[in-house]
Amino acid sequence: MAVKVLVPTALQKFTQNQATIECGGANIKELLESLESNCPGIKARLCDEQGNPRRFLNLYVNSEDIRFLDGVETSLNDGDEVSIVPAVAGG
Amino acid sequence: MTQATIKTSFTTANFTSLVCKECGAEYEPKATHVCEFCFGPLEVSYDYEAIKRKVSRETIAAGPNSIWRYREFLPVATDNYIDVGTGMTPLLKSNRLARRLGLKNLYIKNDAVNMPTLSFKDRVVSVALSRARELGFTTVSCASTGNLANSTAAIAAYAGLDCCVFIPSDLEAGKVLGTLIYDPTLMAVRGNYDQVNRLCCEVANTQGWGFVNINLRPYYSEGSKTLAYEVAEQLGWQLPDHIVAPCASGSLYTKIHKGFQELIKVGLVDDKHVRFSGAQAEGCSPIAAAFLEGRDFITPVKPNTIAKSIAIGNPADGVYALEIAKKTQGNIELVNDAEIIEGMKLLAETEGIFTETAGGTTIAVLKKLVEAGKIDPEETTVVYITGNGLKTQEAVQGYIGEPYTIDANLDSFHRALERSQVLNRLEWKQVLV
Repeated sequence: MAVKVLVPTALQKFTQNQATIECGGANIKELLESLESNCPGIKARLCDEQGNPRRFLNLYVNSEDIRFLDGVETSLNDGDEVSIVPAVAGG
Repeated sequence: MTQATIKTSFTTANFTSLVCKECGAEYEPKATHVCEFCFGPLEVSYDYEAIKRKVSRETIAAGPNSIWRYREFLPVATDNYIDVGTGMTPLLKSNRLARRLGLKNLYIKNDAVNMPTLSFKDRVVSVALSRARELGFTTVSCASTGNLANSTAAIAAYAGLDCCVFIPSDLEAGKVLGTLIYDPTLMAVRGNYDQVNRLCCEVANTQGWGFVNINLRPYYSEGSKTLAYEVAEQLGWQLPDHIVAPCASGSLYTKIHKGFQELIKVGLVDDKHVRFSGAQAEGCSPIAAAFLEGRDFITPVKPNTIAKSIAIGNPADGVYALEIAKKTQGNIELVNDAEIIEGMKLLAETEGIFTETAGGTTIAVLKKLVEAGKIDPEETTVVYITGNGLKTQEAVQGYIGEPYTIDANLDSFHRALERSQVLNRLEWKQVLV
């Protein structure tokens, strides 16, 4: 199963400067683990010490904020697009 | 009125770096807005000792009649900034509105007449595009609820920069037309502002454009500080006791606070405790909800309000606005759409200012706070009106009067006048009851 992940500029040093990468995982939690095994070091940037996504990080599945879905338990299907967006923009 | 000019001389910058507001990590002052380590927002850091040496009340008074009189406090490295006469809008001492509300020292900062596009956004865009040019961008862009689109397109046109702006597709007609006239590429996105903003963050990753409120956001947001400087200068170099401002992303509100603090830091005004109150529309009130529930985090919402210019469901600076409201013993309050329309009408009927829905929200919140005893009648209170009502005419259609269509003779005039006086009397009776 493959999910397309959109990576912000600030994290592209972990992805060999790629703006998108393919990953696996049945939900967001698993995707974060899969991202870490593909791009070592990236999870520590995305998550706090407790393993939760950081305060200023937004995660979207097919354009929907996971906070309007099931949070890190939000399930993923083949072909889904996950976007990682730092919240500090706009206004 | 300041003439539009592009200056060419060079001076040293007073800003040194970008610093993460959360973890303190330091970055070179380039086009970047987010900390690589913790994703906290980056903020411009200044050498206040250098600023203190350069500025005085006199040097500021001798500067341009625009935001650029405060240039030493703004993140530009050269004097090649874009001055289209933005800023130095009126600070009106309110008489009739103040009396209606029972306040003795109410002032209105009127950015409904800011130049060139009639909202406070001209301040932030003037700064962002000046910095964009210094950083070598030839295309500028933004995610906008309307006012920012107008401003970015207009000032980019003046500066000769290519421009592509993104808006939600359901914006008011006046805001769409008021962008298209400057001939940018306009993307009307099927979705709300937060979706537009997310898309723009993704576009910013790949396009190499200067997005004023994304990768240029640290510079852009500093422009709002001029709303603090001007009020202090217009009050005779004093700070007010209380301010009321709209909250969308929370950026304007937090930067007014930063502006006052900077003036204290460099000795231009005496230290004073200023209370900060914020205004949100009920249909999009994530910051007010957190404040009223005593939370220290923001839960995003899906906007549904006529106050489209402040309809941001996932506010980037929400947590900082919350902190300031608590720290200063202010309030963040919400009002519904009907109260917003009443707020717009109240300001127009008492002060002759036609503001948009965001201003209606701010006036309605001011009224609510006064009625709840949360603003002392003696306090010097400044209310910030940030946009112009001509852009959101739909909002008040059906809620205001209609013209009397008459024939070109005295008889027709007298009959209409009598009818209007009867209607006025009926309205007056309704108010008394």
